[in-house]
Amino acid sequence: MTVMQETRSSPGAFIDFSPDATSLEIRGFGLRYGDKPALANLTLRVPRHRVTAFIGPSGCGKSTLLRALNRLHDLNEEVTWEGEIRLEGQDIHAPEVAVAELRRRVGMVFQAPNPFPMSIYDNVAFGLRLQGRMPKRRVDDIVEWALRSSALWDEVKDRLRASAWSLSGGQQQRLVIARTLAVGPEVLLLDEPASALDPISTLKVEELIRNLKSSLTLVLVTHNMQQAARVSDYTAFLQNGELVEYAPTDTLFTNPRLARTENYITGRMA
Amino acid sequence: MDITSDIHSQHISRQFNHELEELKTHLMAMGGLVEKQVQDAVSALLDADSSLAERVVDNDRAVNDMQIKIDDECTRVLARRQPAASDLRLVLAVIRAASDLERIGDEASKIARNAIDLIDNNVGNRGFVEVRIISEHVRRMMRDALTSFARFDTELALQVVQEDEQVDSEYQTAMRSLMTFMMEDARSISPILGIMWILRALERVGDHANNLAEYVVYLVKGLDIRHTDPDDLDQELGENA
Repeated sequence: MTVMQETRSSPGAFIDFSPDATSLEIRGFGLRYGDKPALANLTLRVPRHRVTAFIGPSGCGKSTLLRALNRLHDLNEEVTWEGEIRLEGQDIHAPEVAVAELRRRVGMVFQAPNPFPMSIYDNVAFGLRLQGRMPKRRVDDIVEWALRSSALWDEVKDRLRASAWSLSGGQQQRLVIARTLAVGPEVLLLDEPASALDPISTLKVEELIRNLKSSLTLVLVTHNMQQAARVSDYTAFLQNGELVEYAPTDTLFTNPRLARTENYITGRMA
Repeated sequence: MDITSDIHSQHISRQFNHELEELKTHLMAMGGLVEKQVQDAVSALLDADSSLAERVVDNDRAVNDMQIKIDDECTRVLARRQPAASDLRLVLAVIRAASDLERIGDEASKIARNAIDLIDNNVGNRGFVEVRIISEHVRRMMRDALTSFARFDTELALQVVQEDEQVDSEYQTAMRSLMTFMMEDARSISPILGIMWILRALERVGDHANNLAEYVVYLVKGLDIRHTDPDDLDQELGENA
């Protein structure tokens, strides 16, 4: 079980997990776009096989942080960063870490579903084929497993060769999740995964998130506080690029420690 | 984080501010009515005024209606606003407080019905002193509990919690002395039983006032002290300060 203890040494971040329950560890992480600071001195641990939500107003840095977790900023020459991010104890910026391998281990799902212009089957098999030759039977098995895991199999099993674009928005988002799952990630990063979906599709994606946490660590960025309250185990509230409060979701939404958090989650003027 | 009584008027949505203010206003109105019911029920006994006692019994319907109205409003806020943090705690505290106020109303009407019997049988005033003392005490507790709710004043609320123990001991003392009377004079058994029921009802009013005070602590500090021993309260509150 997760061992939780309160630490008051790092301001704002009130929970800490024992290292063996930690999937991602962010230590003193800061990031700038040119001379514009986006994140300042963030320290938090993301627990393994739990759902952790990052919430905060637009521009607070929550998506920037999420992207940093699988080095999506690498190609942006404006970006400079400091501090450390560790995945299962290993520094993700270490020279021996291959970015492609990091992104296999840490998958990412974006706001707008982005299936490739190919069949449903080929979308899911895409990442597998990039990893080298594999017997067809094996690919079939993994595609089925990934589609079942993303709760899409029953809806698409009779039309695996149909274009991915023929699916509804909600189905496309679950297809994208299946594509990510197929390569066997340990962590799934979700950037507003349901904000473009209708309420029923949103609930299906949320149900999927809940089911996936038995085998994956999930990190969710969302504008929708009720969504964070519904699906996450832990919630981190960010404002102006800093971590204001990090707590079990139950605590954060019933009895936050800080007035800044209270004001944000209850819709008050700061 | 402790909250202050103006916190529910700071939302970006003014309509939401208004809805939460209404909850508090209606709860206070219900509290005022219930307080008067207890006062009238006791006065009816002490002044042998059966028509006042009957009015108390009739008015209980108004108390029940207020509880239903407040519950309806709370349900609506929960469904439409999905409140969080101090807003959520306010709604929960109001629902619970309305339920305790309704039961205080029931106790008032119980007192009034017993008063009618005692007045009809013209039984003298044995036990009236005890009724007067305990009723004044529990009414003060009620008033303080409601004031602490209105002002989000946990210090006052905690005083109420401490007072409940005193009322309990006053009640025990009164019971013992009334039992002595009953043993001495068998004819006094029936009227003294009536007084005992009234004292019992007043003691229950004290318990409900105590509950109201505990909800104030929950509302302001997010701390549930319902099953905390009063002697351990300081420590518990200190740890969460």
